[in-house]
Amino acid sequence: MEKINRDEVAYVANLARLTLDGEAVIKFTTQLNKILLYMDKLNEVDTTGVEPMSHAIARKNAFRSDTVAASLTIEASLANAPDAKGSCFQVPRVIE
Amino acid sequence: MELCGLTIHELQDKLRAGETTSAEITASVLKRIDAVETEVRAYITLMRESAIEEAARADEAILRGEIKALTGIPIALKDIFCTKGVRTTCGSRILHNFVPPYDGTVVEKLRAAGAVITGKTNMDEFAMGSSTETSFFGVTRNPWDLTRIPGGSSGGSAAAVAADECIASLGSDTGGSIRQPAALCGVVGLKPTYGRVSRYGLIAFASSLDQIGPFTKDVEDCAILMNVISGYDPRESTSVPEDVPDYRAFLGRGIEGWRVGIPKEYFIDGIDPEVEAAIREAIRVVEKAGARCIEVSLPHTDYCVAVYYIVAPAEASSNLARYDGVKYGFRSEDNRDLLDMYKKTRSAGFGEEVKRRIMIGTYALSSGYYDAYYRKASQVRALIKRDFEQAFADCDCILTPTSPTPAFKIGEKTDDPMQMYLSDIFTISANLAGIPGISVPCGYTKSGLPIGVQFLAGHFQEGRLIQFASAYETHAKIEKRRPAL
Repeated sequence: MEKINRDEVAYVANLARLTLDGEAVIKFTTQLNKILLYMDKLNEVDTTGVEPMSHAIARKNAFRSDTVAASLTIEASLANAPDAKGSCFQVPRVIE
Repeated sequence: MELCGLTIHELQDKLRAGETTSAEITASVLKRIDAVETEVRAYITLMRESAIEEAARADEAILRGEIKALTGIPIALKDIFCTKGVRTTCGSRILHNFVPPYDGTVVEKLRAAGAVITGKTNMDEFAMGSSTETSFFGVTRNPWDLTRIPGGSSGGSAAAVAADECIASLGSDTGGSIRQPAALCGVVGLKPTYGRVSRYGLIAFASSLDQIGPFTKDVEDCAILMNVISGYDPRESTSVPEDVPDYRAFLGRGIEGWRVGIPKEYFIDGIDPEVEAAIREAIRVVEKAGARCIEVSLPHTDYCVAVYYIVAPAEASSNLARYDGVKYGFRSEDNRDLLDMYKKTRSAGFGEEVKRRIMIGTYALSSGYYDAYYRKASQVRALIKRDFEQAFADCDCILTPTSPTPAFKIGEKTDDPMQMYLSDIFTISANLAGIPGISVPCGYTKSGLPIGVQFLAGHFQEGRLIQFASAYETHAKIEKRRPAL
């Protein structure tokens, strides 16, 4: 049974902001099908009424007081930028 | 024995007695790196000059009588920990030029304890892998057999300790990435309880599973490093404000009367016969040490890999959305517009395994599939955690193999992702349940490859885990060998 076809792989790639060429789409379709078929075994488990678990250690939200603390300077923040201008990150044009 | 072949506690004894200096220890480690690194390739970035300077400062401190937990000891860091002013790549092209403006909490703690940092070790890209073969910076080789993988994802950190290219190291473990390479390289590796060690400055893979821990040459060194890195950190909201005991106090206490659970589901078809024999022998050793082994059941074991390979990629697809070529790292050329830049940057910046996991995760979280995959996996995860709670009602700790096989050949599993994923079959459950686990050497195959045994305990029971591992180490008397490099 096919779990995911090539069009769906291309669709998911776009959601993930990835470009896959034709060969990669074919390869990923085969591999993802194999992986997703393996995941089907979870359907053997009766999970009726089981609360989904997201973290291993139950914790309340961690609040802190809203006080100003030391932070990075603009120069340090921009030091790794592929492109920067003044105090801003520079990116290709967004709006025509 | 050269200095680089000794443990933290042996070297600290020598430093205290004035028999050696950190400069000599560091020189010994650097000389060893020069001799074997072209074959092992454990490091992505060596920090030779700063290590020599830090050693000199450590020697000045010792002269003043200031010896802290790690003063003068050369330690390596997986290249997933942010190091101020030192390139941190996470094994990826997309971060190949990233120089963090700050040190992660564990790095700060190592420095505050007087450690000498030798460099940043190789790893699977974004810690996604079980063999260190997905690194953008090439494959690390197993020091025991250079045609084999060191395990992963923290393969460089494990290999560096096994090859004496550092005295100890730190790694991270999301589904076995400390314990599996520790087993395959013949060293001790511990994954602490979720929340025990601050992850501030750890590059995120799967945030509900990631945990930092040590690689060491023996259990005592493991306790020493756990004393340094454990504890609550207000900058890391999932770290837990739970008291940190002195883990060294658990060494040598013995395990008489302990109940040790042997989960029947962990002795499966497909486990290597030499590994199984070594684990059966480990069971005899702990019984001789006075513990009582009982069969326990972890009924949902067979579902761990499926749960993990939904939950971890789902979290990764979200965590890795930040790599877009804007703020740091690699950016593609000739971009038509912003969206084109995102796609080109990510497509050229990530390797194949990372893309595969982003795809699985994005799919599992996408509209129409969320309930069938992510929600279902999160429910089964709750049952896996419950399995452990029920088992620990009957036993003090659990004993299992760490990995179903010894180190496999380079390239053996790279074309079959599902086969690679199954090599984490015995380690994943501890991450899903958030419990601590340790891998300790328990013998060698006939061809001389190391085998590891895994011990698991309840939340925040690292002390008891160290107590158990220390007793096992003492009674097993596994022959100390050194890789023939």
